[in-house]
Formats: sequence, C-alpha cells, structure tokens
Amino acid sequence: MEKIMAQRVLMKGNEALAEAAIQAGCRHFFGYPITPQTELAAYMSKRMPKIGGTYLQAESEIAAINMVQGAAAAGVRAMTSSSSPGISLKTEGISYMCGSDLPALIINVQRGGPGLGGIQPSQADYWQATKAPGHGDLHILVFAPSSVQEMVDLVGKAFDLADTYRMPAMILADGLLGQMMEPVVLEDKPLKDLPKKEWAACGHNFERKNHIINSLYLKAWQLDELVQKRFERYKTIEEKEPMCEKFLCDDADFITVAYGATARIAKAAVKEARARGIKAGLLRPVTVWPFPKKELAEAARTAKAFLCVEMSMGQMVDDVRLAIECKKPVRFFGHTGGVIPTPAEVLDEILKMTEGAE
Amino acid sequence: MAVVFQKPKSLTNAPMHYCPGCTHGIIHRLVAECLDELGVEGKAVGVAPVGCAVMAYDYFSCDMIQSPHGRAPAIATGVKRAVPGSVVFTYQGDGDLAAIGTAETVHAATRGENITVVFVNNAIYGMTGGQMAPTSLPNQITQTTPYGRDVNTAGYPIRVCELLSTLDGTAYAERVTVDCVKNVLKAKKALKKAFQTQIDGLGFSIVEFISTCPTNWSLTPNEALGWLRENMLPYYPLGVYKDKTAVSQPPVKEETK
Repeated sequence: MEKIMAQRVLMKGNEALAEAAIQAGCRHFFGYPITPQTELAAYMSKRMPKIGGTYLQAESEIAAINMVQGAAAAGVRAMTSSSSPGISLKTEGISYMCGSDLPALIINVQRGGPGLGGIQPSQADYWQATKAPGHGDLHILVFAPSSVQEMVDLVGKAFDLADTYRMPAMILADGLLGQMMEPVVLEDKPLKDLPKKEWAACGHNFERKNHIINSLYLKAWQLDELVQKRFERYKTIEEKEPMCEKFLCDDADFITVAYGATARIAKAAVKEARARGIKAGLLRPVTVWPFPKKELAEAARTAKAFLCVEMSMGQMVDDVRLAIECKKPVRFFGHTGGVIPTPAEVLDEILKMTEGAE
Repeated sequence: MAVVFQKPKSLTNAPMHYCPGCTHGIIHRLVAECLDELGVEGKAVGVAPVGCAVMAYDYFSCDMIQSPHGRAPAIATGVKRAVPGSVVFTYQGDGDLAAIGTAETVHAATRGENITVVFVNNAIYGMTGGQMAPTSLPNQITQTTPYGRDVNTAGYPIRVCELLSTLDGTAYAERVTVDCVKNVLKAKKALKKAFQTQIDGLGFSIVEFISTCPTNWSLTPNEALGWLRENMLPYYPLGVYKDKTAVSQPPVKEETK
C-alpha cells in the first residue's frame, strides 16, 4: 500500500483534484482533453502508471464516461473530468449510471457557455448539474468547493457518498478554482479499505448468482417502482447530506448566497459591508444538490433580504427563493461568459439590498 | 447413455424473445458454447447493446452489463481495465456498432483493447422496426429507404471487418455466417479463436456474423437465408481479415518509393 506523505504544498486546483482522487483510492481515470481542466488529466497520466492505475485518454467524452461506467460496474472507484461542453456529452452516461445505480466521480471545471462559449471561469452549468445531469427522473450528488483545499477534501467525500448511495457524484468546480494555485495539506493517512461492492459485474467465478447491471425495465410498473425507490434514497440524502458554510449569518439582516469561487468574492464584500456597519452575512452552499434548504429557511426567519451572486445569469437564485418560500426578497447579481464579479460590485449590490429592504 | 447435445451452461433458462428465423438464437448459443468450452464463464462479463439483443443480459449466465447505444466497446474497456483477468465480450448489432458506436468500435480496436466483439450484421435496424442500417445494401428497401437505399444520398454500406483489419490493434477479425450447419461450425471455430485471442492477451478480436432479419426483410426464415446468400455474402465476403495468431504472417511489404 502506498504511503502518502503529510505535506503542505502549493498546488494547482486541477492537480489537487487529481491527487485527492488518487488518495481516495481511485485508480481508474478516463478522460478527454478540454480547457480549463487539462492539467487534471495530465497529472493523472503522470501518476497512474507509477501506482498501477489506469489512465486512458478516450476518443471522446462520451467514450470516457462509458469507460467510467464499465469500470464502476466492475466495482472499482472510477472517475472522469471535463469542462462544460464535455459534460454535455457525458450526460448520456450519467443518466445510465443513475439508472443502473453506479457510483463514480465526474468533475466539471466549468467554463463559459452556451455552445463552445469561452474558456474563462463560469458557473453556468448549475442547472445542468442540479436539475438535469441526464435524461429521466434522477439526481446526482453535486459538491461545490470554493478553495483548492476544499476540492481535496470534497473529492474523498464525493467518492464515499457515491459508494454509500450507489449514484454518481460531481465536483462542480470552475476554471478559476481549477487554475489557481493555493497551499493545500495532503493528509498523511493510509489508504482506507474501500467498501466492498457486492453487486459488481466482475465475473461470478461460480461463487454466486450472476450480476446484471442494467437500466432497462420494459414493464412500466416495474420502472415506476424502481424510480420511486430511488427517490426514497434521494429523500434521505436531502435530509442527511446537505452541507453549507455560514459566515456571520447569526445576526445578519442581509445575507448573500454564493457558492464556489464566487463565494470567496462575496465573502470579501460581506467583510467590507460589516466594516461599514451593515449586518451582512454569507451563506455558502457546499453541496448544491442536495441544496441546504433548511439552513436557508432558518436564515430567512431573521434576515431581511437575500442577495444571490453567481457567475451565471442566475441559476441558483430560484433554489434560494424556493428554499425560503419567497418569504423575503431575493436579489440577483451576476456576470457570465467568464467575467468574474468583483468584491466592489458585490458590495454595491449589498448596499442596494439594504436600501431596497428598508 | 452419453449426452451428445445439451444446452450450454452459459445460457440461462429464460425463453428468448427473438423472432422466428432470426439468427440471434444460434449466435447466442455459439457464444455460450465458447464460454463453456474455454472454461471462462466465471471470468466472463458480457456487454449487451441497444437493439434486438438488448436483453441478452437475461440469456447469458455470466455477469452482464447493459450498455448505452453504441457504447459497448467503451463499457467493455472500463471493465477490462478494472478487472484485467476477466474475459469481456460485447454483443452488438450493425446500427449499434457501425453507426452510433463507430467511434467506440474503431478506437477500442486501434487501442488493441483486449476484448471480443460479437458483431451481428443483418443490414437493418430490427428492434425499431426495420430502418436503414449502416450496413444496408445499395437499393435495399427499408422503412427509411422506401425506394431502396440510394447511395447518392444515403451513402454506401460499411464493411466493418475490412475497416478494422487495417488497424494495428486488431488482432483477429473474421466474417462468418450461420446459414447452414457447415457455416455454423465454422462460425463457432472463429468465435472460439476470437475469445482465445483475448485470453492470450493479443488484442482486439471481432467476429462479424452475417445474419438475417426475416421480420423486417418481410421474408420467411428460409427466404431470408436465400436473400442473405444472394445479396449479403457477395457484398460481405466471408473469411479471415486479420489474424495475429497465425504462425506465418503475410510478409510486410518493402517500402517503395
């Protein structure tokens, strides 16, 4: 078993994601080059052969996600990474994996869209990740880290929960997080025993009944029953697994809601607002599916108004409104296409919110 | 009394849903016989396609995975890389393998992916009701070529074995048919060799079965076999297209100016 040294190192987000996956026991990576996540694949291509793992550059994102599906079906921790246009191609495989109850990790280092869009940071795939990561009634776990360290921490968590609930998990990062370098602590922990996958299709060796990994159910009632059962699982996840960070929310009148890299910008603005005597706070969803509804509803009891800041035209903002049942006004501010909001702009919006609500 | 004929162990007892006269049943049986005789059912993972054989997972008694349309070679790649000691096969029709899954097929082959592809070519989309396939013949009437396949607008059929045999990663490629006992026996030999190629770690192996679809060809089973012989076999000649296992390889041509 490989010994991982405890170390504080300066790492690029994309590379940290890769190393974290290796630490989490992933030995099978299938990918296809796309900016701005390419360093992740490059890192894997360097590391995997040294540790007896598989790095495979597929012919397309579609092939890559299906290789992940095959490896996941065979019972190993498998992953792929891409960026927005490539994730669109992976939605077929994601849907099949949901329908076949297969765990795997998908990383989306988001860039601007729609279409080829741009290669600058974006959060415009929120809808795709949280509402429709594939066709059919389904959900995947979606984690939205806001620092390189958190990316490292969430990769392990994503793999674990994917295994627990037998479903795909996604790290919804963005080009900013993927490209930035930050100090990160890679813990000195032995590789843990990975959960045994009793259901895997890896050859029955005449020791058990054969396993069938399948998402086809031609009898309507049977499919209905299965999806209903899967949604029971989703309900458990929505109760148990939402994660969020609350910053100065306890006494806050004006709460900014932001995730990922945008949350860091919003945090700077909230601090500046506090310095000006405004009771501002930040609520940062760490999981965007399941969405931290309870925390938001709780915050809405005392807060006067909310501001949602995103690097998109406003995709999470509706989830905020739903979570607080429209009981308080919710404003939106965002840039898209790779334009990053500045703390000054967010502060300006916080100031407008104070005017609007009083 | 000695048993001379029985159902292969690698087949389940599930009744097959295939139409009368369809050759899927024979081909399923050949796959199962090969798994039995090579003693690899326990190590085998089969990948079912989208198409008529989508429910192949109910018919084979080894571990099975049902793949998205055309992606079986990618699924098989994932399995094989995860469990290198497994014996992985895909079972795919012409639309699955040579239309929507062309990229997955060609790249699995060129990677020399150590898997075996069972390719059933009956020149039509069966499950969806008889549309033009990538392997439909020129002038062939299908639901979506009601005036016959016009090569000027619909292009030409793909010869898969010929195409894949040009790739260095392809270790074994043979085209067979199961229209008569003699050819069934030949086909089994080819399939067994393909699996052996995989077991020996030599690379990608494929056996293309020229097959019938009496239902969508609107022919009786017997007429369908006749149509196959008259029309398909001239376009898709039977034979070995690549064999890295052969003792004497054809001499590599000297590079000429």
